[in-house]
This record gives sequence, C-alpha cells and structure tokens, in this order.
Amino acid sequence: MNYTERYTRTAIALHWIAAVLIVGNLSWGLYMTGLEFSPAKLKYYSWHKWTGVTIFTIAALRLLWRLRHPAPALPGHMPAWERNAAHVSHVLLYVLFFAAPLSGWLFSSAVGFQTVWFGVIPIPDLLEKNRELAETLKLVHRSITYTLGALIALHAAAAVKHHVLDRDDVLVRMLPFLKQRPPAPPPPTLPETP
Amino acid sequence: MKRTSLLLAAALLAAAPAFAASQKIDTSKSFIRFVSKQMNVPVEGKFKKFEGNVDFDPKKPEAAKAEFEVELGSIDMGSPEGETEAVRPLWFNTAQFPKAKFVAATVKAAGPNKYEAAGALTIKGISQNITTSFTLNDASGTRTVEGTFTLKRLQFKIGEKQWADTETVADDVLVKYRFVLPL
Ligand code: HEM
Repeated sequence: MNYTERYTRTAIALHWIAAVLIVGNLSWGLYMTGLEFSPAKLKYYSWHKWTGVTIFTIAALRLLWRLRHPAPALPGHMPAWERNAAHVSHVLLYVLFFAAPLSGWLFSSAVGFQTVWFGVIPIPDLLEKNRELAETLKLVHRSITYTLGALIALHAAAAVKHHVLDRDDVLVRMLPFLKQRPPAPPPPTLPETP
Repeated sequence: MKRTSLLLAAALLAAAPAFAASQKIDTSKSFIRFVSKQMNVPVEGKFKKFEGNVDFDPKKPEAAKAEFEVELGSIDMGSPEGETEAVRPLWFNTAQFPKAKFVAATVKAAGPNKYEAAGALTIKGISQNITTSFTLNDASGTRTVEGTFTLKRLQFKIGEKQWADTETVADDVLVKYRFVLPL
C-alpha cells in the first residue's frame, strides 16, 4: 500500500510559508552582506532581522502543531536507513529553524543594534554589546544558516527523488494543489482455496 | 634688583593657577556617548579620545570657562563597518576636520546642583550654538559633571547625500557626557 495520509492543511500552509521565508531570508542575507554600506543596507538588514523573527515564530507554531498532529507515516517501501535519514534530517531541520534566528538575534545583540520587529515590537537584547563576541557570533550565524541551506537542498532533493524515482506520495501529500495518485490497485486476489 | 624681579616673576607664575583655576578633566573616568536612531532603533556609540579644560566655581557659575575637544576618529560604534564609514567625507570627514570643539560661552545656575551651559559647538567646520543642562556632584575628592544635549546632525552636515535621509538615520542625536575633575 503506497497510499498514505495527507498532511493537515495547516501543516501544509505553515510548511510552505516557512519554506518561502527561510529560502528568501537565506538568499537575502547572502545578498545584503555583500552590499556597500549605505542607507539601503541598513534597511535591508532590518528587513532581514524582521523576517528572521517571523521565521522563529512560525517555527514555534509548526512545532506545536506537529506535536499534536503527527506526520503521516512514511511509505512502506522505504528501507530502514532511509527512514532514519528522513527522521534525523527532519529533527535537525527543526533545530536549525530555531538556531538560525536565535544566532542572528544573539549576534545583533552583541553588535549593539537592537531588533525592533517591523519597527514596532522591541525584542530585548540578550547580550551586552561586545565586539569580540559579535565577531564570533557572526561566524556562528553564518555556519548555522549555511548548514540550514545545505540541509534544505538535501530535503528538497529527497522530496523530488520520492516523487520521480520512488513514485510514491511523499511530495504530493505536502502539496496544497496536486491531487494524490490514486491508491495502487489492490493486489490480485487469489481465489480462495477451499 | 634683578634678583627680586626674578623672584617676583616666579612667585606670580606659581600663583597663576590660583587665578585661572583651569583643570583638566580626568578622561579615564569621563565619557562622551551618543545615541542615534537608525531605522528607529536607538544605537549607542562613544568617543574614546577627548580632552577638556574647565574653570568652574559653583558659587560663580557666570564666570565659568570650559573648552572641550573630541577626536572624531576615535569613534566607537560596535561595528567596524560603521566606524570606517563615520570618518569618511560624507560623515565627519576626519581627514579635513579631525576634531569637534565646544566652548562654553555662558553658564548659569538652574536649580540645586543644576546648571545650564550654552556655547558654540564646532563640527566639520560648522559652528552652531547649543545649550546643555548638567548636574554637579562633589564626592570623595572629585567633581562629577553629567549632562546631555541633543544636536541635529544635518546642521553639521554629519551624513550628507544619501545619508541625509532621516528615515534611516534620524536627525536628532542625543549626546550624553560625564566629566570627572579633581576637586
Ligand atoms: C531563519 C532565519 C535566518 C536565516 C536563514 C538567516 C540567514 C543569514 C545569512 C545566510 C546571512 C549571511 C551570512 C554571511 O554570508 O555572512 C545572514 C546574515 C545576517 N543575519 Fe541572518 N538569518 C536569519 C535570521 C536572522 C535574525 C533573526 C537576525 C537578527 C535578529 C539576523 C541577523 C543577521 C545579520 C545582522 C546578518 C549580517 C551579518 C554581517 O554583518 O555580515 N538573521 N543571515
């Protein structure tokens, strides 16, 4: 039986909102740091930080939702190592959803530039301003977010592999618009032996 | 005759500080900080090098004299990128104008241990009159002067061209200072 349950609509919505924001903020982070110092750069940094805080709250919502609504079971054809790899990478993704914005927040606290969410809600600085620490935390933020990027690429590649090579429902059940494949035809029933 | 006049001169020289009791501030215990709003977020910085000479008798504030000089290149803002930018021509242009200067022209009492000083602040070759209120505290052999004032950075052309945009960096900059003097 390759036919599995779908994710809940809420889980699907949160997944794709998070995906767009995270990939977006990752690319934005890479782009903005390369710019010449300018008023635009100051603005872009703020936007990056606001989006990061948004990602943090979405990650928290997702985690809460996920704890109450377990993911549908993995298809039966997957060998044990694949199941383990899927499990470990999903846990790691969740860890990084929190670690990425947290490290950014700690970094910007150490720089002494407070984060004010959308310019309205001040997020308290966790750390005193500290230049050496800021330099270290910048590298920490970079390593964490690059790792997150690599893991997202792996995650997406795995989803495509499920769809194209394994021809199962793993990708489709997380898509909001695609219909699931009809359940595989039931195995031919053998005439009952008397 | 020659000798007495020499002695007299020496005596006068020795006595001179008593007439113009100008004191250097103790920079190790003093600070000059500023708070600017970037993207509406207050960001604090400071200047590490400055000096000041103060001649102040609380009984005669009107007779006070004070002069301060700040080495603008000693700016500390927490981010190396900001500091590199701050000394460039669009901001302080320290190559041409290395120092900011304040000379108090009038000082008057404004309450118990409170005073108000006014005078010319010169930054980037531009002089503007500013007023600042400060408090005075004498304790254990030192006198501590603490106060604030707000300056408008655009009046001094601090941040020109694209940086004149006050949406990203506000015009108002709050300056906070503490000067410690020997008593
Ligand atoms: C999931 C959320 C986030 C992702 C994926 C992310 C990703 C990135 C990336 C890829 C960079 C460029 C790193 C480099 O190449 O040096 C970056 C830089 C930066 N991030 Fe984030 N970030 C996130 C959240 C945050 C948050 C919440 C804050 C602050 C509250 C923040 C503050 C910064 C800052 C200030 C920089 C600039 C570092 C520099 O000055 O070089 N980030 N981020």
